Amino acid sequence: MSFISYLVNGISLGSVYAIIALGYTMVYGIAKMLNFAHGDVIMIGAYVVLTAMASAGVSPVVAVLLAVVFCTVLGMLIERVAYKPLRNAASPLAVLITAIGVSYLLQNVALLVFGANTKSFTSVVPIPPLVLAGGNLTISGETIMTIGACIVIMVGLTLFIQKSKAGQAMRAVSEDKGAAQLMGINVNGTIALTFAIGSALAAIAGVLLCSAYPTLTPYTGAMPGIKAFVAAVFGGIGSIPGAMIGGILLGVIEIFGKAYISSQMADAIVFGVLIVVLLVKPAGILGKNIQEKV
Amino acid sequence: MKNWKKGLSALVVAAMAMSLVAGCGGKGDNGGSSNDSNSESSSSGSETVIKIGGIGPTTGGAAIYGEAVKNGAELAVKEINEAGGINGIQVEFNFQDDENDAEKAVNAYNTLKDWGMQALLGTVTSAPCVAVGEVAMSDNMFLLTPSGTAVDCVQYDNAFRVCFSDPMQGLESAKYIGENKLAEKVAVIYDSSDVYSTGIYQAFAEEAPNQNLQLVATEAFTAESKTDFSVQLQKAKDAGAELVFLPFYYSEAALVLQQAAGIKYEPIFFGCDGMDGILAVDGFEADLAQDLMFLSPFTPTSEEEAIQTFVTDFQAAYGGTPNQFAADAYDGIYALKAAMERADVSADMSVSDICDALKTAMTEITIDGVTAKSLTWEANGEPSKEPMVVKIADGDYAVVE
Amino acid sequence: MKKMNKITKSNLITYVMVIVIYIAAQAMVMTGNMSSLMQGLLVPLCAYVILAVSLNLTVGILGELSLGHAGFMCVGAFISAFFSKCMMDVIPMAGLRYFLALVIGAAAAGVCGILIGIPVLRLKGDYLAIVTLAFGEIIKNIMNILFIGKDANGFHFSTKDVMSLGMEPEGKVIINGPQGITGTPKDSTFTIGVILILLTLFIVLNLIHSRSGRAIMSIRDNRIAAESIGINVTKYKLMAFSISAALAGVAGVIYAHNLATLTAQPKNFGYNMSIMILVFVVLGGIGNIRGSIIAAIVLTLLPELLRGLSDYRMLIYAVVLIAMMLFNWSPKAIEWREKYAEKFKFRKKAKAEEV
Repeated sequence: MSFISYLVNGISLGSVYAIIALGYTMVYGIAKMLNFAHGDVIMIGAYVVLTAMASAGVSPVVAVLLAVVFCTVLGMLIERVAYKPLRNAASPLAVLITAIGVSYLLQNVALLVFGANTKSFTSVVPIPPLVLAGGNLTISGETIMTIGACIVIMVGLTLFIQKSKAGQAMRAVSEDKGAAQLMGINVNGTIALTFAIGSALAAIAGVLLCSAYPTLTPYTGAMPGIKAFVAAVFGGIGSIPGAMIGGILLGVIEIFGKAYISSQMADAIVFGVLIVVLLVKPAGILGKNIQEKV
Repeated sequence: MKNWKKGLSALVVAAMAMSLVAGCGGKGDNGGSSNDSNSESSSSGSETVIKIGGIGPTTGGAAIYGEAVKNGAELAVKEINEAGGINGIQVEFNFQDDENDAEKAVNAYNTLKDWGMQALLGTVTSAPCVAVGEVAMSDNMFLLTPSGTAVDCVQYDNAFRVCFSDPMQGLESAKYIGENKLAEKVAVIYDSSDVYSTGIYQAFAEEAPNQNLQLVATEAFTAESKTDFSVQLQKAKDAGAELVFLPFYYSEAALVLQQAAGIKYEPIFFGCDGMDGILAVDGFEADLAQDLMFLSPFTPTSEEEAIQTFVTDFQAAYGGTPNQFAADAYDGIYALKAAMERADVSADMSVSDICDALKTAMTEITIDGVTAKSLTWEANGEPSKEPMVVKIADGDYAVVE
Repeated sequence: MKKMNKITKSNLITYVMVIVIYIAAQAMVMTGNMSSLMQGLLVPLCAYVILAVSLNLTVGILGELSLGHAGFMCVGAFISAFFSKCMMDVIPMAGLRYFLALVIGAAAAGVCGILIGIPVLRLKGDYLAIVTLAFGEIIKNIMNILFIGKDANGFHFSTKDVMSLGMEPEGKVIINGPQGITGTPKDSTFTIGVILILLTLFIVLNLIHSRSGRAIMSIRDNRIAAESIGINVTKYKLMAFSISAALAGVAGVIYAHNLATLTAQPKNFGYNMSIMILVFVVLGGIGNIRGSIIAAIVLTLLPELLRGLSDYRMLIYAVVLIAMMLFNWSPKAIEWREKYAEKFKFRKKAKAEEV
């Protein structure tokens, strides 16, 4: 019995990692950049929802929409000001470091605006918990919502990227920027769109993260951000279904590690498994292993 | 062209170095040995204030605690200045950020030393406090930590603290649980990456057998994985623990309580002084914390007049109810005042002289603070405090006799 | 002077720069012109400079992104602090003890580098980065659960808590899990730090311009081409990686022997620190050793100099970091700078002609 309940807990935690990882992997897949500020956009999204609901008293749905709009604009702004000038820099590491700077900036802006105090987040999920096996097993509404959202986003993103014109442009840009430009694709516009979508996903992830684990501080996004990055690599970075699988696996491994091995060593176990997986499958679970050409 | 870039960088470095020099240039030659230079600078300048420094995290994950201490101390300093200061001398208070990092704390300490600090209220967290304690000892700077609970924080004779020590909290918690027969089967969840939490846990686990407490589950979490506590709670539940001991801060405890409610697990939850403030978390559902017990030196709802004034003033100045960090800092400043008055400290005394005078004075004073009545100190730096057990009932704190 | 090799000249400038900074700093200390804050920062600065230079060896010369450099620093710090703490009574001479601690710390970190490097260096790019990050976190996690005590019966180990060490009552706990090691002797000094910086520079600069260094750089520029002309890729990759790790260990030793308390927190030995070192390297210029030194100094001093801004300190720091990155790396900014610099030079020349 406890095994199943650990499994459920693992999937709940994993679904939160998965939904963050989806945004990560989307931006990475197209713009080929590790957006270290993604976790902090999540945090900003959660604060927007909280402020809208607590101060302005709007309904949760409107609050979430507001957060999505806010984060989309924020994401595009960050891209325009901090990342775009470095797109053709001599080393791809330059933009990685700038992303770290943006991450510090967002954390400290939140610290000044919202203060250091922990805020309790009210769940916006209206679904009641699912009680199974005579009350021994509870699946929270947040988990059901998160997994549902993950699947919808995953399918939606995959369809968008495969079928729509803008999605095709994205794939072209990710393959070869120069050639895409020659084909008449607006590279800057496409990358801006990628960041807009990634940031909108971050807002949704922020709401679900804070609904599942209802405390909010300016540093809430940092650690889940790193974990989601790990999850995205785990599943094969750039691969959208991979992000979801990676996220859920990461959550399950973390919970099982805590439950059956040692709760003190949970982090070491998670990262240990990650290393083993990458050594066996160097491009992650669903990643494409691109052979180097001479 | 690269040279151009380097030249610029070098220029920036040079400018920075110069600004540093310029910054302390005004104080004359107090660079090399600042122990006795403060007296020189204060006698030559027009300094007629006593300078008290404070160190704690105001950015980073532990910023809540640093902010609380900063506000509590500033409130006390404001009151003292309005009432005429210490020995008729006004007090100046300067609080520096250490990001809860030992190295940054030493930097903050040195910044305060350059500013002319004569006594230190800090640091807020334990590991930085040990590092600063070492430097303060070699400077013979008087140090009073409001909330550094680790044993080593006050290992030297120039260091005192306002709060309880880690072992004492663990010991008292185990004793209280044992003597009041709250439970026999006890589970502990603690932060195995935190100095404070493990310190209490170890003392608790050592004392538990003496109190006939059976530790049925001991589970840890770390700074990297402190959002999900489902496994730890599940294990405690499966082991049949009637009481879960939570020696860590309230931000995480709020999550623990919420997740325990999620799996319908309702043991007695028992915490330490870090738990104080849980009701002040914005939007926290107080009924989750119903019957939560914790050791604390301070309850904001106490009827006592001193506490009521403190709470009202604090709310007026900073908004929100003060927690025990703020209360400890508030008492800390008043303890410094009492000791300085006892030792007849004046603004032009050197750091070392003040420290020597305060070392003896600290053991002679008795203050009525908000965290304890007739508070006294031993020469080993520990306060004479009896922890109270506070129980949350109907969204309010209540002292258990 | 003109005949001097361009490389030798450039290296010499780097050495001279360090020595000049050292002499200037010492002079300021001697004449009492340096604030306590700066004096306190001198030793940590040495540690950060060594870290930046050593990571530049991995990132700039070997061309692999490592996000776990703080892990090696952590190994060096803990092993050497443990050694110093145990040997405090046996070897009373601080100099000798510190020297041995340095050797042990560097060796331990170097061995760790080899052990981690063998599996990890098979990976590439972001995957390598994430695996090094994972190793860094594992090392930190292990340090946090390690309990070592010493009593009459010798050493006791545990990964649970102090009670399970099963020590005699008079035994002393040396590594106390998350509380780490307290009371490490404060043996690091600015002079030793600068000597170690010079040594690091000597090792790294000589490696870069040696046969091995050229082999390493050829792997960075084109692994397949390098392999095809018979360069042993694994050997040279491991060589650079383990030297880089050992030097990080040296920085760890300096760090550990400067503070009375050594704990493995996310802040000082976690990915935060690894990223911080990476920021030094990238801001200073990838592969540019002198740039790393300058960037490490600037970025360590910056938050301390901004203390006057109190609450806005870290905010301004973030803004300055972004601005510096844009200025240093953006192609447009570089173009603008070059244009401006050319004008400047042209004017100078014109002036010279006039005279």
